[in-house]
Amino acid sequence: MSIWQSVRMALDAILSNKMRSFLTMLGIIIGVVALVVLVSLVTSTSDSVTSQVEALGRNLLNVSVLDDKENPIKLSELRDIADLPEIRAAAPLAQFSATGKNGHTDEDLNVYGTTAAYGEIQGLELEGGRFLKTTDVDNSAYVAVLSHDAADALFGRTDVTGESFSLDGRTFKAVGVLEEDDSAFAMLLGTKNVYIPYTVAERMSPAAAAVSTLYASAEDEDSMDDAEAALDDWLLHRLKLDEDAYMLINQSSIMDAMGTIQQTLAYLLGGIAAISLLVGGIGIMNIMLVSVTERTREIGIRKAIGAGRGSIMLQFLTEALMVSLLGCLIGIALSWVILQIVTFAARSIELTFTMSAGVVALAVGFSVAIGVLFGIYPAHKAAAKHPIEALHYEG
Amino acid sequence: MAEIIRLTDVCKTYSIGGEEVRALDHACLTIRDGEFVGIVGPSGSGKSTLMNIVGCLDVADSGEYLLDGQSIANYSERELARIRNRKIGFVFQSFNLLPKMSAEENVELPLIYQGVRASERRRRVAEALERVELSARAKHKPFELSGGQQQRVAVARALVTRPSLLLADEPTGNLDSKTGMEIMRLFHELHASGNTIVLITHDENVARQASRRVHILDGRVREVEA
Repeated sequence: MSIWQSVRMALDAILSNKMRSFLTMLGIIIGVVALVVLVSLVTSTSDSVTSQVEALGRNLLNVSVLDDKENPIKLSELRDIADLPEIRAAAPLAQFSATGKNGHTDEDLNVYGTTAAYGEIQGLELEGGRFLKTTDVDNSAYVAVLSHDAADALFGRTDVTGESFSLDGRTFKAVGVLEEDDSAFAMLLGTKNVYIPYTVAERMSPAAAAVSTLYASAEDEDSMDDAEAALDDWLLHRLKLDEDAYMLINQSSIMDAMGTIQQTLAYLLGGIAAISLLVGGIGIMNIMLVSVTERTREIGIRKAIGAGRGSIMLQFLTEALMVSLLGCLIGIALSWVILQIVTFAARSIELTFTMSAGVVALAVGFSVAIGVLFGIYPAHKAAAKHPIEALHYEG
Repeated sequence: MAEIIRLTDVCKTYSIGGEEVRALDHACLTIRDGEFVGIVGPSGSGKSTLMNIVGCLDVADSGEYLLDGQSIANYSERELARIRNRKIGFVFQSFNLLPKMSAEENVELPLIYQGVRASERRRRVAEALERVELSARAKHKPFELSGGQQQRVAVARALVTRPSLLLADEPTGNLDSKTGMEIMRLFHELHASGNTIVLITHDENVARQASRRVHILDGRVREVEA
């Protein structure tokens, strides 16, 4: 008997008992939806987060000084760090809030005091004008670079290069405007930012009196570990060999950690979903066993007119497999619909939930395995029936 | 004429509830090509066991059974299924059609197990249904057919593989006498066109219509002179 014939027979059997077939499939449908949706949610979310972290720079080192041992790190020492052969650039960051004023518009702004290197380290993109220059820092020039939202808040527009505004009463000239940053991180940290020379920040806020936060970049991603070691070595010696006096964070190690968390989460949720698929498989076996008993006479007739063990086995195994595969296809379609709905609901945070080919393949593979695994015993039971007894079965 | 069936000293014992029942006791029987043989016996005489063995649904404990010159001892279940499929056409008392399939699908089934191609299957199914004069009801399911029609579908299913032997077990048992007569007339026609038919019955009147009668009693087979 050909595969095609057994598929046809299986379809006939499934369709002749629609309600029962559907309920049996439901176990598989729920299992597949759980598997595909959960895994897709985890991978899509973390892909999006990963790409945003990646946008922050994969070759970024971040230092927080917790205890400067009565000897604050000076701006001039940043040059020593930048001169380390493993480090490409280093920049301090001092943050405080200030009130920005333009005409009658008042706005609370995040002010960052930093140097020219910061723009390059963070990969900041400009919409117009320029970023801070080393001469601005050296001359303590009252110039500022505004974020897109800060410019919009103060001026109501963003082509404001060359115009003046005030920060806590001091007059600054806007020299550049950054491109709009709508990443989830920017939303979290605030988007109304102003960047001014570190030397000017020193005069405006005690936060800039000593360098307590600094960023450094490695030559490239591959030399991150060397750069981290070199910076760590420099800090250790600078801060009297007290390794608790500072915190050095390697952006790529965050990425690695996030990758591990994402994978663990995907395995965990996938595992839970797999258990529900397994339960669906037991449902298939249960119904197949009932069906084999109910159809004992049919098996007897088929055997009498010449169906061998193999044909009967194939017929019932195909039926179990079809139930599980049809359930799987319905489940995948349903998962797609659910992910579309979630994507629509989450459109404000610009997250797109997609189904990866990998998880679809996993669901199909798992369903096939379950159909075969839980179909074999009932199919064997059907095939092993003795034709005479089966023919005389009164069910 | 060639021998289709030769049973020599065939014995079969069942144990029912710990008690040994000798269903066939050194049974001997020879049936030639083109014969129409009626096997008559009361219930419990062993005729069902005889039919099961002749029909290759069961294997004898001892003795020899040659079907078409082939010995049926020591065959695997798979091979027995193949022989049933190709050499024997069954007609049962209770029709035994698959209730969810139409008449033509029921007739087609043995050909599917034989692996016959679809176009050839269609041709032969149409031919077999034509033979039993049911072409018009090919698409009907068994429950839409009368008892006599169902039995004719069963005959068509038995004929469609062009078997060496048509094995009918009480084919008129579930039919009223008029339809029973119709089915018997069909068997006569099939016999006339060269088919070998073995008809098993408890009814002497039915058996009398066969060209040769064999009695079975307590597992022993005895020829009846016509």
